[in-house]
Amino acid sequence: MLRVSASPHVRDNATTSRIMLDVCIALVPAIIASYFIFGARAIALIVVTVASSLFWEWGSRRLMKRDNTLGDFSAMVTGILLAFNLPVSFPLWMAAVGSFFAIVIGKQIFGGIGMNFANPAILGRIVLIVSFPAQMTNFMVRNDIVQLGKAVTQYDLVSQATPLAALKQGESSFTYLQLFLGQHGGVIGEVSIVALLIGAAYLLVRRIIGPAIPLSYIGTVMILVWLAGQDPIYHLLSGGLVLGAFFMATDYVTSPITLPGKIIFGLGCGIITSLIRIYSNSAEGVSFAILLMNVLTPHIDRITKQRPIGGRKSVQNQKF
Amino acid sequence: MFGLRGVHPRSNKHTSESELVVINEVKSVRIPMAMQIGPGCKVCVKKGEDVKVGQLIGEPIAGMSVPVHSSVSGTVTSVKPQVKSDGTMMEMVEIESDGLFTVHESVKPPTVTNKQELIEAVRAAGLVGLGGAGFPTHFKLNPPPDKKIDRLLINGMECEPYITSDEFVVRNRLEELCLGISTVMRLCEIPVGIIGMEVNTPEAIKIIDHATSSSPHLADLDVTIKSVPACYPQGAEKVMIRNLTGREVPSGKLPHDVGCLVMNIGTARYIGHYLLTGEPLTRKYITLDGSAIKVPGIYDVPIGASIDEIVQLTGGYTDKPGKVIMGGPMMGVAVDNVEMSIIKNNNAIVVLDSEDSQIPEEHPCIRCGRCVRVCPMYLMPTELDQAGRKHDIATLTEMSVMDCIECGCCTFVCPAKRYLVQNIRIGKAVFRQHQQRLREQA
Repeated sequence: MLRVSASPHVRDNATTSRIMLDVCIALVPAIIASYFIFGARAIALIVVTVASSLFWEWGSRRLMKRDNTLGDFSAMVTGILLAFNLPVSFPLWMAAVGSFFAIVIGKQIFGGIGMNFANPAILGRIVLIVSFPAQMTNFMVRNDIVQLGKAVTQYDLVSQATPLAALKQGESSFTYLQLFLGQHGGVIGEVSIVALLIGAAYLLVRRIIGPAIPLSYIGTVMILVWLAGQDPIYHLLSGGLVLGAFFMATDYVTSPITLPGKIIFGLGCGIITSLIRIYSNSAEGVSFAILLMNVLTPHIDRITKQRPIGGRKSVQNQKF
Repeated sequence: MFGLRGVHPRSNKHTSESELVVINEVKSVRIPMAMQIGPGCKVCVKKGEDVKVGQLIGEPIAGMSVPVHSSVSGTVTSVKPQVKSDGTMMEMVEIESDGLFTVHESVKPPTVTNKQELIEAVRAAGLVGLGGAGFPTHFKLNPPPDKKIDRLLINGMECEPYITSDEFVVRNRLEELCLGISTVMRLCEIPVGIIGMEVNTPEAIKIIDHATSSSPHLADLDVTIKSVPACYPQGAEKVMIRNLTGREVPSGKLPHDVGCLVMNIGTARYIGHYLLTGEPLTRKYITLDGSAIKVPGIYDVPIGASIDEIVQLTGGYTDKPGKVIMGGPMMGVAVDNVEMSIIKNNNAIVVLDSEDSQIPEEHPCIRCGRCVRVCPMYLMPTELDQAGRKHDIATLTEMSVMDCIECGCCTFVCPAKRYLVQNIRIGKAVFRQHQQRLREQA
């Protein structure tokens, strides 16, 4: 019996699950860093968000009588990224609530992967910030990390204002190296810039992401804060900018498809983040920026469509 | 040179150095009355009649039609409609071969001294575009008088995996190729000729580059080689025109609208062959390859021979064949029946085994944009795919569905394994239906 199907009859070996798995791999350096900076509870938080994300996805699809999509690893990516957006002291049950909003409300009720209007992890984080503001802003970090260089006998978690919050108070006593290595408080996935950049390099080399969105996002923030008289490198190394620009703003489903669209998207994220960081009471602007630009993505796509060969008006009158 | 867009399937050019093997032991041939774009021919032989090689068996019915000739000598055993590879029914002449390949008396080299005689000769040869599209060559050589042609582009790209038939022509039929190019340029008064080839055939490029200065046919003509990095589908007509001349064919228009005449290298060679011998098109060089073919190679086969007979005569299948493709794996047509005839515009038969022919399951689109980045026509396949599934005429029109060349690059790279080309074809059918309705209402 011969198989008959439409051409082409060969495919390359990229798959959705392989792409998602590559993202998980890229997040491993930051997972390891979170253990060293925040302790074992950071890992517990990641386990809870990943397990609950997988459960919510499996359960909601089962209820809706749809096929099981756990094999595409996208729920796992959402779980890890959601955990990365939480402080280490965040109650585990609240984390599971966050993943419910991320997976079920943010993705499954719209039809599953490919249909969501916003990055599920960002949506989950914003729901949690609005619902549990105190727990979401109780930033703790391992004592020995903060006191690097001094002999410390206890490895407890201590509270500490994040670098951006400190900046708003007028103190910025963190060195660039401390910021780069993540020796300060914050949510568990955003602080270790070095670990995030290793992962980002992996994604770029594997061509999972392109440089357009990260560069236009980060570049815009650095230029705008510099124009506002603040230190662009401090801003680059603080808050969720690197995490957001490389791992969340680049989500395929919720960002524009063409290169001009991506650049506009990154620009928009950068403007909103900068405005929030400079002028608002909130120290953090990445989540809201990405969410707002996600909403604008269909409109950006509409004005940045790729024009075919022979389709541009200029071609009609070409001389040769 | 523009940034090349396309994909890089495994080239699998295993038969690049193969010796030509002539296959004549076929028991019978089944020749359809149209092996071209446009209307075909009317049968002009009867059941029981004896025919010879090169004898006319189908008379053209329209200006665009090219005649059909017998590829064997023997007796006509049937004249009846049978199923073609695209599923439609077509009148076919079945001839039992006597194995002698006696040539008909009418076969003799033509006299060609001007453009009109060239066009008549090319038509009498039954020549269509041998690159796969099957466009009647005599028609192509005769564009409307207001279209001035200043570039002859010879397509030697052969970008599909496996296929090496064109490379064979360059290495082994160089004189005929040069004569063909030279005649077309001189008699059609085309000042500049460019031969496009992919860099992965360095031997062939050297041979033909040398010929542009050393061959008596080409020496005083402006003919150059342009070698293009290997990237499927740089051999696609509109892509090649842009690569070789910088000109873009406007949507819905033809190469002659930008002063170009594009011709496959095998077609150009056949013009030379016909001028020297007068033999009409009755045989093809076919690349036979794929994981289910025991003895891959380049075979000289009579037109009308069945795929199955050719495979059996050349060594057979390795295992049970999973998919039989007329053409290459990117744009070829999968057939459901190995008795299909090899026709004028076939260049290859690729037979994949069971494992290689698995059809993957579709997953949802994740908007990764790979299809958009590889599309050589700068379309947005994911949008066309959605619009095709939904019969969304507005989007199909806005996103220029008819500009799609169905090269398969989008589907090749899609990580969700979506059947993009399939649904774009449905989109085109829906669009044509809509245009038809508009015409009827007007």
